[in-house]
Amino acid sequence: MSVSFAGRTAIAGVGQTEFSKNSGRSELRLACEAVLAALADAGLTPDDVDGFATFTMDDNPEIEVARAIGAGPLRFFSRVHYGGGAACAAVMQAALAVASGVARVVVCYRAMNERSGRRFGIGTIPRAMAPTTETAHFGWYAPFGLLTPAAWVAMQAQRYLHDFGATTEAFGRVSVACRRHAAANPAAWFHGRPITLEEHQASRWIVRPLRLLDCCQESDGAVAVVVTSLEHARDLRRPPAVIRAAAQGASRDQHMMTSYYRESIGELPEMRLVAEQLYEQAGVRPHEFQTAVIYDHFTPFVLAQLEAFGFCKRGEAKDFVQDGRIELGGELPINTHGGQLGEAYIHGMNGVAEAVRQVRGEAVNQVPNVEHVLVTAGTGVPTSALVLGRD
Amino acid sequence: MLPRPAITHDNRFFWEGLRERRLRIQRCTACHRLQHPPAPVCAGCRSFELDAIDACGRGTIHSFVVVEHPPVPPFTYPNVIVLVELEEGTRLVSRLVGVEPDDVAIGQPVEVDFERVDDELTLHFFRPARSGS
Repeated sequence: MSVSFAGRTAIAGVGQTEFSKNSGRSELRLACEAVLAALADAGLTPDDVDGFATFTMDDNPEIEVARAIGAGPLRFFSRVHYGGGAACAAVMQAALAVASGVARVVVCYRAMNERSGRRFGIGTIPRAMAPTTETAHFGWYAPFGLLTPAAWVAMQAQRYLHDFGATTEAFGRVSVACRRHAAANPAAWFHGRPITLEEHQASRWIVRPLRLLDCCQESDGAVAVVVTSLEHARDLRRPPAVIRAAAQGASRDQHMMTSYYRESIGELPEMRLVAEQLYEQAGVRPHEFQTAVIYDHFTPFVLAQLEAFGFCKRGEAKDFVQDGRIELGGELPINTHGGQLGEAYIHGMNGVAEAVRQVRGEAVNQVPNVEHVLVTAGTGVPTSALVLGRD
Repeated sequence: MLPRPAITHDNRFFWEGLRERRLRIQRCTACHRLQHPPAPVCAGCRSFELDAIDACGRGTIHSFVVVEHPPVPPFTYPNVIVLVELEEGTRLVSRLVGVEPDDVAIGQPVEVDFERVDDELTLHFFRPARSGS
């Protein structure tokens, strides 16, 4: 094992709120509810917490959450940038802090009113942005009307279809699989509402080549997970989900949502970089995952991730997703909670919770004999992923 | 209102060039590498000595999208946005006019034009290349 922290920490508790379109309460309250639920699940209290790790784009600074729930004192707090790409990176930060001895119990959380509050996909931005490096970046796109995550992803998706001879039916297969899984999940917004490929193909255009049913939901809700040492987790009330591997990746010529300048733009080299690290840390290969949570803000990047992780060859995900291979009972069931297309868009943290449930054997769409679960974070941005496994 | 670009020390030459109806590409004076979007340093040889050339204005569509939703004023929809690969080799995002959305295709030749928004801002856009060009 090339890095010292892999396999030495575990997720000992998970907690979440309901997922809705209007929570009726603050993001901070949602964060507090999820964090307290995760601690209770682990059999811990806020007095046990000495660290927090989260990521940018919600409204919940670490000290506000800590003060609200009476946690601390805090010896570690960290906030990773680039939104949903950091969902697994927050867990990595927690694992690094615990494995190094800096902190003993670190809670990771995401809480957003992304439907009733600040909607990421609405496309309105301030007319004049204060000149910073990051606002200058958006200046290459916004004045022309390229304003939303769907639009930024669609540019790469169009080229993916062209380069690999795929059709949007391949996108639809991803959507159908996630909605099938969500339909059986009482916590999912789309519980009881599966879709067909025909319904996908008939759904309205958002940004061609993306249709409505290629886009994840907008959701209100929160999810938290508790990270501690494997030894400590073994003494707690739930079976540990061992953090076998955790990695971040920003590849050459990385941009925030618009990596349009590399030779090939239909691929995700940053996720390949993450995959290489995970496989080395965990000592596993693609066929050793019984299930995976593949970040699904938009369906095309699920295909590119399947290729980046070596579940199939470059350009062959369009074939891999056929014949129910990514559905329950298939070779690699993905997003068994319904994903962000079907369960809720909690910026990837609900995917981490589902991976823990699969390792524990308590998921609503439980896959048999789970040893290793892959869970990935947002794509098109600097990204991250985890391998969770049974003790 | 139209979203305005944020002007910094590193990109000012580009936006000022548009006001003169010039499409500028940053060039490293040491190794002559071109780069877009511009940066304060050459990512190839790490020189800080950078200038810019005028693009010829011709290129091909490397990828494109057709934005339908959500409608955001003042844009009109469907809005065809292209990733153009310029003859010089760099790429940039722009709007495409003069083609029906269903007729846009990767590989089509396009050429630049300029639209004066107001005294401070001129934007580039592309249209299909005239035959023979």
